Amino acid sequence: MSHLIASLNDLDPLSKVLTGFDLFRHSALFINKRNNHSKLICNHRPSMTSTSTMLSLASASLTASLSVHENLKGRLKLGGGSLSFKKEKANPFINTKSFSRISMVAAIKVSRFEGVTMAPPDPILGVSEAFKADNDEKKLNLGVGAYRTEELQPYVLNVVKKAENLMVERGENKEYLPIEGLAAFNKVTAELLFGASNPVIKEQRVATVQGLSGTGSLRLAAALIERYFPGAKVLISSPTWGNHKNIFNDARVPWSEYRYYDPKTVGLDFDGMIADIKAAPEGSFVLLHGCAHNPTGIDPTPEQWEKIADVIQEKNHIPFFDVAYQGFASGSLDADAGSVRLFAARGMELLVAQSYSKNLGLYAERIGAINVVCTSADAATRVKSQLKRLARPMYSNPPIHGAKIVANVVGDPTLFNEWKAEMEMMAGRIKNVRQKLYDSLTAKDKSGKDWSFILEQIGMFSFTGLNKVQSDNMTNKWHVYMTKDGRISLAGLSLAKCEYLADAIIDSFHNVS
Amino acid sequence: MRQQFTSLEAHGFESPTTQSAFSSSISSSSATDRRLKALARHLVDASPVMDSHSQNPNDTVSPSPTSSAFHADSVFAHIVRAPEDPILGVTVAYNKDPSPVKLNLGVGAYRTEEGKPLVLNVVRQAEQQLVNDRSRVKEYLPIVGLAEYNKLSAKLILGADSPAIQENRVTTVQCLSGTGSLRVGGEFLARHYHQLTIYIPLPTWGNHPKVFTLAGLSVKTYRYYDPATRGLDFQGLLEDLGSAPSGAIVLLHACAHNPTGVDPTIQQWEQIRQLMRSKALLPFFDSAYQGFASGSLDADAQPVRMFVADGGECLVAQSYAKNMGLYGERVGALSIVCKSADVASRVESQLKLVIRPMYSSPPIHGASIVATILKDRNLYTEWTIELKAMADRIISMRQQLFDALRARGTPGDWSHIIKQIGMFTFTGLNSEQVAFMTRQYHVYMTSDGRISMAGLSSRTVPHLADAIHAAVTSFA
Repeated sequence: MSHLIASLNDLDPLSKVLTGFDLFRHSALFINKRNNHSKLICNHRPSMTSTSTMLSLASASLTASLSVHENLKGRLKLGGGSLSFKKEKANPFINTKSFSRISMVAAIKVSRFEGVTMAPPDPILGVSEAFKADNDEKKLNLGVGAYRTEELQPYVLNVVKKAENLMVERGENKEYLPIEGLAAFNKVTAELLFGASNPVIKEQRVATVQGLSGTGSLRLAAALIERYFPGAKVLISSPTWGNHKNIFNDARVPWSEYRYYDPKTVGLDFDGMIADIKAAPEGSFVLLHGCAHNPTGIDPTPEQWEKIADVIQEKNHIPFFDVAYQGFASGSLDADAGSVRLFAARGMELLVAQSYSKNLGLYAERIGAINVVCTSADAATRVKSQLKRLARPMYSNPPIHGAKIVANVVGDPTLFNEWKAEMEMMAGRIKNVRQKLYDSLTAKDKSGKDWSFILEQIGMFSFTGLNKVQSDNMTNKWHVYMTKDGRISLAGLSLAKCEYLADAIIDSFHNVS
Repeated sequence: MRQQFTSLEAHGFESPTTQSAFSSSISSSSATDRRLKALARHLVDASPVMDSHSQNPNDTVSPSPTSSAFHADSVFAHIVRAPEDPILGVTVAYNKDPSPVKLNLGVGAYRTEEGKPLVLNVVRQAEQQLVNDRSRVKEYLPIVGLAEYNKLSAKLILGADSPAIQENRVTTVQCLSGTGSLRVGGEFLARHYHQLTIYIPLPTWGNHPKVFTLAGLSVKTYRYYDPATRGLDFQGLLEDLGSAPSGAIVLLHACAHNPTGVDPTIQQWEQIRQLMRSKALLPFFDSAYQGFASGSLDADAQPVRMFVADGGECLVAQSYAKNMGLYGERVGALSIVCKSADVASRVESQLKLVIRPMYSSPPIHGASIVATILKDRNLYTEWTIELKAMADRIISMRQQLFDALRARGTPGDWSHIIKQIGMFTFTGLNSEQVAFMTRQYHVYMTSDGRISMAGLSSRTVPHLADAIHAAVTSFA
């Protein structure tokens, strides 16, 4: 059977699903029925997982029939043909008393996880792994959105070092946080997002729960949607951060896309966006990037934000912001929270996931929050209590270290001001790099192509417009590592490397189709 | 695995969650309809939240008439307030109590003789090292966590010379303490294993059923605790596991069973192992107290190592919350012991697909502390000494409480207090007696009668003994 499975891996996805299904149906040995949560039917993920599920179903029956494997090896025709067991002679062991003894023996010999297939590497995090493996000295990592200095070194903010030293000096304990996280952190994070004097804060209408950075906060919100808004869809931009779909899939929340990126203008397809949001069923959740859209770097203008809010209100949709770059887009923490505050000012209820991975450089500490703005303090209390009920069976309570760092930095006026300065420095470096890249491209590219989108895009990333084949060329020929959607992280680019990158982009764009 | 909300079906509403979540027929019901239906479920069926171990009437959930739960404008109008978590809620209630004699025996967090939380010396040293190291950065860990930490954790639980490790048959991924390891393991099994039922002991830690249900498994129980003997119902255990379907997953507490403190003997473990292997039952160990139970890291890992030694497969969830006092740092690991290195490698790749959409990658701080301690011979030795000191203090509290009850002539056999092992004692007190102890004596504990010995000191033992004595004599 393992022979069978190895060959099945060579089939195209659809055939895999079908042949797996054949195995499923025809196997006389299959014992257990799956319940409604079976992945056989509904799975947005590449069929690898559903195949693996079915193969492990088939291989489970293997444990009771090792001898079937012996009989069938070499006799089955593989490669798209029917794998029905009906065609083979019935296994004499299946119906005999020695069946159970064989299953005991077989159980020891074969892995219960034999049918588990190798998953593909993560499209974003996998880039760094590939980069590490490359020995070429010209290599450039523009994959994951982690800030680098001009020397292309990771950067730990000074305010973070100061906060950690303070924490160690104070010798605080490591007791469990409450399920909702560190109270001091929750307070400062909501204030940072909405402004301390914002009515939503003053009226205690925000339910804030510490989460595992942006991902974990999005996941908690998704779990809340699944439980309390069953059937409600989340609308996500096309394109969006690659992990968004995975989060909603795993949380079993249906999603669909709204038009966002217009490749013709390398800008926002605003009419398409509005039309798609309007067309969605009433009461959908609309996932919006608060600032510095990932991967495109294209943000709506304030006027466009107003119109987006209009159509969301008209359709009774619920805005769901992902704010991973507050301070990183323009350099100003307040300016970057503008879109969220605009919606809140209209009295709308909304969800906001926050992350401190980039703006405080706390990537590995996994610190963020989910905020739910409600129309009343009572609703906020109830929502918070239910978010806790979702967090408890996931990880019980969140990690303390990152939360304390944020509370110490954001909650202390001196450190907060120092942070603002470091924030401006980081955002400033990226703006300079954008300029230099633009200048290099314009100087070197004789085709007259307009590269100004590089200057108009905002945040850590630039959507180059390169397609998958061209992106592969960037990596294979130029040792420039980026994601296949054409996204480059400017945070990983130095002024010194701009000219080299310009050469690579021009070559990939013009010479590769 | 139905949660309370889908009892909607019983009332004639078809629950959309029974259909494919992605079918387009869902979108035909308006948002208002869905919210009204959800609201109706709460009003018609305001049953307690899914927590089979809670008998506390305070757990009943219903919207308060004075609340603005019916605020017409809020999309969250139908969301009712959840009760506090039964275990963590004990500390919440304790904190609110102004009594100077109050005693918190709720959550299993170690306290010193002075009743203070403890950060181990080795942890402080390790943290100082980390902070002083100027080359340290805060870049994202890989999805599976800190590699060095994973290797050291596997060795800690399986033994440094474990053939399974040497043969590369073990995949270990850093997770968020014990809870996170159990959840990731459960999600992996729900997707890739053929038998979606997990058997958990009765009773077990209150969070277990919720973790596995949300992971996508169906939860059943096997007999474990015998109230008559306040010990192990071994016959019942063997019968129930013996009648489980072949291939079912079985949750085993590696040592210091929570909440009972009742562990099988080594001979009983061997019988359990043989029975499970003969039925191809898949062991899933929860190891939250290695070193804390007996004081010896190796002794406490024996049951796990016995299973691994027979060449079979198993899952192990580890936590450093108690044995390294790293509660709030959320440090743990999930190890899956497989038949072959190839399988282990494929399994690891699928674990990453579970983790990435949950929280992307784990937090670095706690894992770095653990790795620093485990890889340094001096720190490691110092750790084992501090660990034994904690375990010994708890054993001494057990003895003191037992002696104090005997001295008061409290009715009943209290020898289970010194026979049980680990942080908790299952007193055998019922919820009425527990409520009395809280009201009259300001003693806080979970309603199942579980007390955390780690929260006791020589100074407070008399007060607790008085409380138990009064409860037992007031409520027969």
